[in-house]
Amino acid sequence: MEGLINAIVLFSNFVLIPGMAYGSQLALGALGVTLIYSILRFANFAHGDLMAFGTMFVILITWWLQSIGVGIDPLPTALLALPFGMAAAIAISLLSDRFVYRFYRRNKSPAVIFVIVSIGVMFLMNGLVRVIIGPNDREFGDGARFLIKAREFKEATGLNEGLALKLSQGLTIAVTFVVVIALFWFLQKSRTGKAMRAYSDNEDLALLSGVSPDRVVIVAWVIAGSLATIAGTLYGLDKSFKPFTYFQLLLPIFAAAIVGGIGHPVGAVVGGYVIAFSEVTVTYAYKKFLIYIVPESWEPESLVQLLSTEYKFAVSFVILVVVLLVRPTGIFKGKVL
Amino acid sequence: MKHVKTIKTTLMASVAAFGLTMGSAMADDAKVGIILGFTGPIESLTPDMAASAELALKEASDSGILLGGTTLTPVRGDSTCIDSAAATSAAERLITSDGVVAIMGADCSGVTTAIANNTAVPNGVVMVSPSATSPALTTIEDNGYFFRTAPSDARQGEVLADVLTDRGIMEIAITYTNNDYGKGLSDAFQAAYEAKGGSVLVVAAHEDGKADYSAEVAALAAAGADHLAVFGYVDQGGKGIIQTSLDTGAFDSFVLADGMIGESLIESIGPDLNGTIGTLPGSESQESADFVSYAQDNGLAGDCPFCGESYDAAALIALAMQAAGSTDREAIQAQIMNVANAPGTPIGPGNLAEGLQILADGGEVDYVGATSVELTDVGEAAGSYKELEVQDGAFVTMQVR
Repeated sequence: MEGLINAIVLFSNFVLIPGMAYGSQLALGALGVTLIYSILRFANFAHGDLMAFGTMFVILITWWLQSIGVGIDPLPTALLALPFGMAAAIAISLLSDRFVYRFYRRNKSPAVIFVIVSIGVMFLMNGLVRVIIGPNDREFGDGARFLIKAREFKEATGLNEGLALKLSQGLTIAVTFVVVIALFWFLQKSRTGKAMRAYSDNEDLALLSGVSPDRVVIVAWVIAGSLATIAGTLYGLDKSFKPFTYFQLLLPIFAAAIVGGIGHPVGAVVGGYVIAFSEVTVTYAYKKFLIYIVPESWEPESLVQLLSTEYKFAVSFVILVVVLLVRPTGIFKGKVL
Repeated sequence: MKHVKTIKTTLMASVAAFGLTMGSAMADDAKVGIILGFTGPIESLTPDMAASAELALKEASDSGILLGGTTLTPVRGDSTCIDSAAATSAAERLITSDGVVAIMGADCSGVTTAIANNTAVPNGVVMVSPSATSPALTTIEDNGYFFRTAPSDARQGEVLADVLTDRGIMEIAITYTNNDYGKGLSDAFQAAYEAKGGSVLVVAAHEDGKADYSAEVAALAAAGADHLAVFGYVDQGGKGIIQTSLDTGAFDSFVLADGMIGESLIESIGPDLNGTIGTLPGSESQESADFVSYAQDNGLAGDCPFCGESYDAAALIALAMQAAGSTDREAIQAQIMNVANAPGTPIGPGNLAEGLQILADGGEVDYVGATSVELTDVGEAAGSYKELEVQDGAFVTMQVR
């Protein structure tokens, strides 16, 4: 019995909790991508760097708040700075829409042009972030580090295995929960949300029913910018902030959006967790886990690891390819890219 | 006004310096190449290394004894540390157009191998590297032209294995940074450790510059070892691995190699790091202290990484030249081992003039230098390592091996 509990604790510590936190971060990112896709009808490659841009402002404001001694201990100061970062990300999104995307939208350019244009915007933001904050790792987390410490858990329960829950992980899961519920409520119940869904469903019909396209586009950017900043800040608090890793996040985020069904908000959330758990479970070595639950004579010699951790990114790639081949609409019947 | 004056003085000084170099070029003059990564991943270390090497060349020139008053002029080339093609062409330029008599360099293992194979060895030019530590350099086809004052990581692997087995640690997990340095060191350590009866339960590479190492740590922890050996870089993935290991409770006892030793690690990890053990090339000998004070008297940092090795590399070239009695490339090669090892009068840092005089009088020297230089049969430093342990938030030297 104790073996089984140890196995569960071990699995939670190394797979469940990191997977939940990572999945939440991907889900928030994928929601932004999916939203832009359904309203503006293009895959926004600049989303990863939009996350970095918003997070950069959060970091700069956090440093300033820390320097004047303002904080909300034990919670990280970054939460206080979050609205400023969101405002910055919204501002740059709206500016890029006004000066770049609107031109192509009025010209009714094909989707592939939009994708190329968004890559241009991506490079611009990429450069801005590197000029302002530099290409290196930045630390901005403060406050308490742990909700549950591995060593204390071991001592309290007398188990062999420890369970650690970082504050940043708990915060990520809680914030994602709240944000996703608020977003779904907004899309389902509010007038603007209904207008957005109508616009996404059939642009011409929505226009005939009196939906203002400019307003819908602006709201979409406001939501995407906010989600990007929240996702980026949570990722930075939980892991670390480095512009290049945010650019790399683009792949799992797109994989999440497509697996769930692009243009489908529920799909984005589910896809985020699917991708995160695939990455973590496929690269996890199950040796110790099995030793706890199987009889001694069955104990494995090898690590029982499906894929070495270097291939972590390949996992989302493979899932992406398989989904596009087998079920291009994704789990929740989104649009076909 | 003050600024104008400063600019004026600077200008005058540089004109004077220019005049001096021109003057010496006309006298008996020999050029020595200094190829280091002045741009690239270790650009913060190389200016001090180059200055240390140039200090040795200047010391030999100023003595007036070197080959009856020959001046050694340093010529710098950029190895970039990572770009083999750029490093090779820089070396090519130094060897063919500048006509250097020998090369102090290069720095990183990859570019050093490229330069040795492509230009230095085919042209018969001696290379003395201060910092290339890859075990692969021991066995390259160098025709005896490649030397290094830095020890091979094969040696560090042995030392680490000794440290662990002496402490009774017989099971370990290894993670290394995925490049020539990490892989070479990891292989060397694993071989030495297993030969001593230790068992390596898992070896996993990690990539630098990732935000998240939880998957790597989870895989390492699954093997069931209590100790984790981290062969990476202190400001890169290595730190992330240690932080994640502590956060998840996967490991709380670490073994570090030279790339992981740095104050910044202790600063960012904190008291959880106490009890961590590690190795770092170097010794606490009188000579290394002498070098630091000698370098500081000459306006250099002195205790910077690989500065002693750089000084020694250049000093060996000057002494070999004197022993050979000419600036001929081949003659220099023949003498490097003779001046580096016994028998002979021991020569410490700052005493090059004494060594040059002995050689001029037909005697023999045993260059000791800043890093107790002693070259093995294949022309690389045998190397001494400090065994370190983190105690109360600081690296403490337990003993020198």
